[in-house]
Amino acid sequence: MADLTSNFLGITSPNPFWLASAPPTDKEYNVRRAFEAGWGGVVWKTLGSEGPPVVNVNGPRYGAIYGADRRLLGLNNIELITDRDLYTNLEEIKRVKADYPDRAIIVSIMVPCEEGAWKAILPLVEETGADGIELNFGCPHGMSERGMGAAVGQVPEYIEMVTRWCKQYYSKPVIVKLTPNITDVRKPAAAAKAGGADAVSLINTINSITSVNLDTMSPEPSIDGKGSHGGYCGPAVKPIAMSMVSEIARNPETHGLPISGIGGITTWRDAAEFITLGCGNVQVCTAAMTYGFKIVQEMISGLSEWMDEKGHTSIDDFCGAAVPNVTDWQYLNLNYVAKAKIDQELCISCGRCFAACEDTSHQAIAMSNDRTFTVIDEECVACNLCVNVCPVEDCITMEAMRPGETDPRTGDVVQPEYANWTTHPNNPAAKAAE
Amino acid sequence: MPADVFEPGIKSARLEPAAYETHFEDLHPPLDDHEALVAADRCYFCHDAPCITACPTDIDIPLFIRQIATGTPDAAAKTILTQNIMGGMCARVCPTETLCEEVCVREVAEGKPVLIGQLQRYATDHLQRQGTHPFVRSASTGKTVAVVGAGPAGLSCAHRLAMHGHDVVVMDAAPKPGGLNEYGIAAYKTPNQFAQAEVAWLLQIGGIEIRHETALGKDMTLAALREGFDAVFLATGLGGVNALGIDGDDKEGVTDAVDFIAELRQASDLAQVPIGRDVVVIGGGMTAVDAAVQAKLLGALNVTLVYRRGRDRMNASVFEQDLAASKGVRIVTHAVPTAMHGNGAVREIEFEYVDNQMRGTGQTLRLPADQIFRAIGQTLKGDDLPDLEGRKIKVASAGQTSLQGVWAGGDCASGGDDLTVTAVAEGRDAAEDMHNTLMGDDG
Repeated sequence: MADLTSNFLGITSPNPFWLASAPPTDKEYNVRRAFEAGWGGVVWKTLGSEGPPVVNVNGPRYGAIYGADRRLLGLNNIELITDRDLYTNLEEIKRVKADYPDRAIIVSIMVPCEEGAWKAILPLVEETGADGIELNFGCPHGMSERGMGAAVGQVPEYIEMVTRWCKQYYSKPVIVKLTPNITDVRKPAAAAKAGGADAVSLINTINSITSVNLDTMSPEPSIDGKGSHGGYCGPAVKPIAMSMVSEIARNPETHGLPISGIGGITTWRDAAEFITLGCGNVQVCTAAMTYGFKIVQEMISGLSEWMDEKGHTSIDDFCGAAVPNVTDWQYLNLNYVAKAKIDQELCISCGRCFAACEDTSHQAIAMSNDRTFTVIDEECVACNLCVNVCPVEDCITMEAMRPGETDPRTGDVVQPEYANWTTHPNNPAAKAAE
Repeated sequence: MPADVFEPGIKSARLEPAAYETHFEDLHPPLDDHEALVAADRCYFCHDAPCITACPTDIDIPLFIRQIATGTPDAAAKTILTQNIMGGMCARVCPTETLCEEVCVREVAEGKPVLIGQLQRYATDHLQRQGTHPFVRSASTGKTVAVVGAGPAGLSCAHRLAMHGHDVVVMDAAPKPGGLNEYGIAAYKTPNQFAQAEVAWLLQIGGIEIRHETALGKDMTLAALREGFDAVFLATGLGGVNALGIDGDDKEGVTDAVDFIAELRQASDLAQVPIGRDVVVIGGGMTAVDAAVQAKLLGALNVTLVYRRGRDRMNASVFEQDLAASKGVRIVTHAVPTAMHGNGAVREIEFEYVDNQMRGTGQTLRLPADQIFRAIGQTLKGDDLPDLEGRKIKVASAGQTSLQGVWAGGDCASGGDDLTVTAVAEGRDAAEDMHNTLMGDDG
């Protein structure tokens, strides 16, 4: 059986599934339950400076959007960092780490952008025996208005500066958690690396309003008739997170910088995908908040089974395996030609593919009087929309044409050679073909 | 309709040859991949889920359904089989409508449970189709255990013991393993020789020897087993059948439902299984329904199931009652048999209607009957057994009997319903207790 042991920055855990810094990791009670359920590690909910803790709202902190059957697809929250006393948290961290030496405990920290604030808290954290720290440069609500969280994460210079302080005053690994609320995630990642960060983690939550109450005209979650943007997370953000992760993984400036992947990870498959894009481990929050800590059991069994099936004996075996295949559009092979194919045995004749193609795409699906749907190869550009809207798995597939065959749409023979936009005759900036 | 259906008496080949195959095909056709995903998608992954509590083997149902939903049916199967090594058979024969699916929150809320039984079958079939066995035997302990009975309790116990490294000898009176899975369940619930395939798959663990046609009290004694093995597990089932105790009970055409079902299950050609034109089944449990429905499927013109109490008291679930009705079985309640009429062979059976307190009303009913099946319960047979409680072997929580070194489980033991799934749980739990006892001896 595959070995799921994770070694991230020298921090070992029995599996690569950590709980992200968030409400599930706010207290000893929750974290112990998480470890009993099988989680490999936790990032403890963000600690602030010594003194009176922050206060949270006393109304709804979460808003959600749903798919069919009220499946939670996206969650947003306006909760702040821990609202419990610093020393209470530190004592709990120390106790739990002592009882679970094989699990990873990382402490998330957010204090003002002043060297003294970091210098003060880091020795206290070091003393807990926790395995490392994560700098919360991502929280998009509440704290950012006070010059912390995402407000730091949006300024690469601040990231580099604070990271450097942390490397100076703390001996263990430093992970910088990045905000997605920026234009180009490569810049803050590079800044973290320049400051000496051992790793980056991403994404933190995305600015969001989940809904508006049309009776009260208040955004949700609503506090006494008013709403504020929250941080969006859950399955819906996974594509955004994976794109950002891949950008950092393939950027020459940050390539090889360890990444802890975060963003909508709900199943073993999500986790495996993040790992192939260069993540050394993953962090989970919304799935646990939706289904409870037991959800990790499916992630463990599923990842293990898939690794066995593929012959991977360790996480390292496939970490980053998909990174070389992430490229820019201009390098995609324009000589690759595919056609949609409908499996008539599987087709249930709903006609969604027809509606999508006829109304919004290329009129490449024919419908007969007896509701048989077939692809018109002369029109099909292989856009994949029919595949995406079909309710039946594998009913519509994209079949690659073989070199030498003639594309009935263009009349051109499919060429075996790779050719991309950079050399295409229609490209005004094309380089001359050799 | 072939004329043969109208001929009186007990006759084979009442139907056109092709009819048998369609009549006895799978009661619930297996889910295909898409259906399984749609069904799995409905599970809410409830916390401390009621379905788990309702399952006698405590299968982690939300977890295995999620494993199906995330495309890992073999992991799902392992979740099932870890708790219930006969999860494949239970998926087919469990009365899920009175167990897991009855308490599914979506049954309670919407009247439509998650299809737990069919999803369980999807997962276990997926794994067993590959012929691999997901469990590994521990190093040999040098201990030997005798298991009497190769039914669900005996095989479940044997598998768990073998997994812990003990050497197990299973003895069974019948020529084939499986117990009631092989001989006692309606054919349409487990077609295509599934019972034998499951046993063969189960035995892949190694360390289990089966001796067939070896009966306790005939070919060996309990004393000899206690002498020759480190521990003994009794899982003999119930070998006797309750008699009606009325005049004519010995007439030709009056037999036990369990024998009819066994004959049908072992028949290589269902057309050769003779069946009456007018069949009466007496009883209200699963065996009665299995016999009545299969009599109908074999071509009996009229099949009546007669039960002495009301429908709500029948051991057969509402689903089973409805199944019988949908196949054309007439269900008569509140009637007890009083006499059988016929010169040599039975021709008619007479009942008296009774009230809810089982008091006779003086009102009677006569039904034509050229074949009558008794299905009013089975009894433990055998002498020289451990102490009994009522009419079954008295056991403590993990199957310990009054005799040291002897455990018991399944239908022959007290406690629990007489269900396949309960037998599997009892066999498993007894094996764990036996293992602890055997290994404790060394410590």
